[in-house]
This record gives sequence, C-alpha cells and structure tokens, in this order.
Amino acid sequence: MLWACIWLPQLALDAVLRRLPDPAAPLALVGGPAQLRVLHAVNEAAAAAGLRAGMRLAAAQALLPDVAMVEHDPGAEQRWQRFLAAWAYRHSSLVGAEWPGCLVLEVRASFGLIGPWPRIEARLRGELAALGFSHRIAMAPTPRAARVLAGLRDGLAVEQPAAMQALLDRVPVRRALLPDDAGERLHRMGLHDLQGVRALPPDSLRRRFGLSLLEHLAQLYGEADDPLTYYVPPDHFDSRIELECEVESHTALLFPLRRMIGDLCTCLSIRDGGVQRFVLRLEHEEAHTDVEVGLLAAEREPALLFELARGRLERVQLDRPVLAMRLLARELPPFVPATRDLFDARLQQALPWPHLRERLRARLGDAAVHRIAPTGDPRPERAWQRVDGDALRIAQAPPRPPRPLWLLHRPMPLCDRHLVVVSGPERLESGWWDGAEARRDYYVLETSQGQRAWAFAPPGEQGGWMLHGWFA
Amino acid sequence: MAAVVALESLLAAQTLWHAGRTASLTTDGEPTGHVELDALLPQRGWPRGALTELLLPADGVGELSLLLPTLARLSRRGAPIVLVAPPYLPYAPAWQAAGVDLMQLEVVEAPPRDALWAFEQCLRSGACAAVVGWPLQADAAALRRLQVAAGSGACLGFALRDRAQADNPSPAALRLEYRDGGAGAGAWRVRKCRGGPSPAQPFVPALR
Repeated sequence: MLWACIWLPQLALDAVLRRLPDPAAPLALVGGPAQLRVLHAVNEAAAAAGLRAGMRLAAAQALLPDVAMVEHDPGAEQRWQRFLAAWAYRHSSLVGAEWPGCLVLEVRASFGLIGPWPRIEARLRGELAALGFSHRIAMAPTPRAARVLAGLRDGLAVEQPAAMQALLDRVPVRRALLPDDAGERLHRMGLHDLQGVRALPPDSLRRRFGLSLLEHLAQLYGEADDPLTYYVPPDHFDSRIELECEVESHTALLFPLRRMIGDLCTCLSIRDGGVQRFVLRLEHEEAHTDVEVGLLAAEREPALLFELARGRLERVQLDRPVLAMRLLARELPPFVPATRDLFDARLQQALPWPHLRERLRARLGDAAVHRIAPTGDPRPERAWQRVDGDALRIAQAPPRPPRPLWLLHRPMPLCDRHLVVVSGPERLESGWWDGAEARRDYYVLETSQGQRAWAFAPPGEQGGWMLHGWFA
Repeated sequence: MAAVVALESLLAAQTLWHAGRTASLTTDGEPTGHVELDALLPQRGWPRGALTELLLPADGVGELSLLLPTLARLSRRGAPIVLVAPPYLPYAPAWQAAGVDLMQLEVVEAPPRDALWAFEQCLRSGACAAVVGWPLQADAAALRRLQVAAGSGACLGFALRDRAQADNPSPAALRLEYRDGGAGAGAWRVRKCRGGPSPAQPFVPALR
C-alpha cells in the first residue's frame, strides 16, 4: 500500500478565508478567554504586518489597527477535516482523518483508475486549490511516514520501503512527530536523527520512553501494522455559514450560497448521489426562515442547483437581518444521469427539458408546470386532472361525444343574441353520490363572432346558457 | 464577381426575393397538416426556428384546430410541447382525442408579467419542439426577443394575439389573421410570410 498524506497547515484560517470575497485583506482568528484574547492564526497580509499566532490581541491591534477579527471556533477545524475527508473519499476508498490537521489516503489502488502518482498529486492539488485550502502533500509506503514527510517538505514521494527507510533514518528526531515530548528529550540527549534512535537497544528505550515510542517507530518504518479508523461518508449534508455582519439583502447572500451549493455538489459527487429536496435556513436573531427547494428529479449540477436556490431565495421577503445561513439536505437519493444519444444533434446552448422545468418552477412556483390527464368521471370539470411530476403513463379517456379543447375554469353565463344551436343536447346526470350533483343539457352553439361554444342549460330548456368551453 | 456572390447569398438567406417570381423553392417548413395551407405558404409549412403569429378576433375561433395536427405529430415524435399561460384550461380528453400524446404536453401557468419570460425561456432552451404562448402585453421589442429566442432554440413558436395588433409591425416570420366570413365560414389570411410575397387567397379550414 502507498499512502498519501495531505497536511493542512492552516485549516481553521482557510475555512474562514474561503468564504470571504477578498481573502487578501489582513485577517486574524482570535481565541482564548475574554480577559486574555490571543491570536490563533493570521493570514499572509496580517503576517506581513508583523502579526503572529499567539500574540495578544492588544498588541496586534497596536501593530495593525484595521485587521479583521474573526472568532476562532474550536469545533470548526474538526468539521472541515471531516468535509475534506469526504472530498478525499472520491480518490481513495481508505481515508483516515484521525490525526489533527491532516488526512491520509491509500493511493496505490487508485493508480489503475486515475494514473501514476504525479497525476494523482496534480489532481489533489488542483482540487484543494479550487476548494480554497492550502496544503502540503507527501507519499510514502506507511501512513505515518507520509505524515512525517509532509511535515518535512512539500511534494516528497517515495515508493519503495527501502528508500523510505533510508530517508526516515535521516529525519531529525524533533520533526519525526514522536509521541509526547520524546522528540525533544531525545534531541537533548544528543540523538539527532532516527537512525541513532533505532540503533539504541529497544529495552532501554522502552524503559525510558514507554512502549508508545517503540510502537510508533515500528509503524513508521512499516514493521508493524498501523490501526487506522477509516472515514465512512455520512448519508446527509449539513453545512452552516456564519455571516460577517447582519445581512438584509439577497445579493449579499449569493456568495456564501454559491460556496455552500458547491460543497453540497462535492459531497454528492463523492456519494454518487443527487439531491431532490433541501432547505436553506436563514437564521435571524432568535428565529429562522426556511427556504425549501424541491426538485422533481434528483440533480447534482452546481450551476443548476445554484440558479434554482437563488430563484427560491429571491422570492423570500427578508424582513429581519440574517446572521447565518445553513443548508440541510436530509435525503440524498441516487442520481441517474440523463442518457443522451451519442449522435443526437444538440444545440450549443441547449437546455434539457428537466432543467428548463426546474428553472420555470424556481421562478413561477412549484405548481407552475404540470401535465394534464383525463379521468373517468363523466362531469366535464372532473374529467381531467393535473399530473405533477413524472407520470409513467397517461390513461386513455373513455369514449364520449366531441369535447371542446378549451374548458373554462368555471362555467359562466353566455350572453349573445344570435346563438345558433349546432348540435345537442347531450344529457348529463351524474355525481349524486358525492354532493356535487350535475344535471345539465350540453349543446354546441355558434356565437355571432364565429366562435363555437360548448354550453349547457338546465334539463329540458334552451336558454340561460352557461358557457363551459370553446371548440377552438 | 463578389457582388454576384453577395446577391446569391442574400437570395439564399431569403432576405431578398425576386418580385413577381414564385417564391423560392426551399420547402423545409414543418408541415401544418392542412394541405391547402401548406400549398399557400412559401416554405410549404410552418417556418422552422421562427415565431408564427396568429391574430384572432376572439378566443375559440379555431386557432387550436389549426395547430393541432402539427402539435399532435410533434408530440408523438417524443418532444415536449409547451403551452405557456393558456387563457383557459386545456381539456385533457379533447386534446387526447385530437391525437396529442399527453405525456409530452406541458402546461406552464404564469402570471402575465412572467408569461413573456417563461415563453422566451421555453423557446430559447431548445428542449421543446413547439411552444404556444399568449403574450398579452407584448410590444415589438418583446416579439423581437421571442423571434430571436425561437431562432436560437430552433423550435416552432406560436404567439396567439388579439387581431387589434394586426396593423402593428411584427418581427414574426409568419402572420396569419382570422377573418370571420359570417355563418361560421371564417378564413385565415396570410398577413406576412418570410421568403415570398403573401398569397392573395385565404385558407378556409374544413368545417369543424
């Protein structure tokens, strides 16, 4: 097995920076108790001004008054590590995310699928850069060695165990990520690299440093198995972004929305699933507004989902400022991509019908697009029904005398002096069983304007016409 | 020599035609399903990838019967037919009896101010074989947009409008106006058709 380690040196900071429109502006993460505020991490612009992690907040503000402060969330790092583990899961089936600030993934099995290591590495780097996370990548035959190498130099890769052992022998003890403070203690004892440590008798090492150091070394060199717990993808998606300030307009929500939809689609393509229904929760002070986005079929195209979510969002009246936004997708159904004929002549900017339908529904409302189907009821107003969603087939209507192509929403009086009866009557007596009884004589009439009307009169009469449809 | 080529290309694009000569012989129109109407139209059918305007004195004079043979044929071919903001309920049993495959008939309900947008989206998408719309407050610019959208989506667009608009210029490729001849004997007169002079005689539909 070959293990790649992705080391994320500033995970918490990147998680904040990637949701900001201008990541280059100086920014610092602030943590610690209220009396003793210290900087947790700083970005490049802030570091250039002399700010350092661990500095007191007052000192930082004295150095750079206009630095943006973001509260450090201790849970965020773990959350984003899980998110990236989900991302890494699409390149490998064995992903470990138990070590803080880094991910390890088995890559040899992926060689056949993606290509040799340089290609995998380029792909990992490209996708991480697009996601907005700074990273260092190394590869080695054991996960621990990959982690140590990633800490030493970005892009280090060894395939052969012998070469790895030779390389590890030269690693300084303080950089070998030994358990507890063993690295520092060994260094003070005058042992500068791992080769020297391994040359010591194991018994005396165990007496001085405990069993964990020996186990670590054995696992590092691939002499013992490394028991890793592997990542298992969750079956729902839940992401939350806290906004910088109180937002009262839709446009300010679009940037974070695009990021969230992008994350959702990343998650979907890893699971090879789609999303049919999700909720955008706009959190206010003490309350929240839910924006439901429901599609007729599962989708996972980021541009399409963003456009639909945006359409739904813009229909919402924001009467209170929004503090945070959350995207919840509880069900991730399997996604079946639309099949297309290879020789199908398609237009350049053509939009398949399901996408067009979702676009129309997003702006006009969920019930705006439907089909029609006949039913067996003899009463004209009940002889048809709406079909929402994808029906498999539409039944044949029972044979009846000619019916008009247009039906009025409800019958209305027909006032015309020169009505001519073309055909009729057709007696209709029905519906005594459900309280909507209908007793009518239907006629086909011609109006003075040349229209052909379908109208009814009370049984046995020819007058008091009620217009019910047009033979258009 | 270059001028000759330019002239020929103009003729080929049907932006120019020989006066007095019978219309160009490109007969690539979508058959209307009415033999007499096909014979009248220069392209022997509905112009493809273009907007056709039907000008009506009132609803229910036979405008759907004019379109139904085409819509039924297209729907059986498996391409969606879209009705955008119809003024009444399309009555399923009758549409089915006319041969339309209801699996392909999509009805879009839209308030008047969104109807034009929905009409244009459907035309432009290229997903639909035919789109029928009732643009109520469409001015020349809006119709121009619809015509361009029908061109880029390569689909048949039908705009059903009031006859009061007949005298206003329109960018539609084909305009048919319904004239009531009294006693139910109305006729469709071609007001404008791209690719040839408007035929003088009207199309009289068979009695309904």
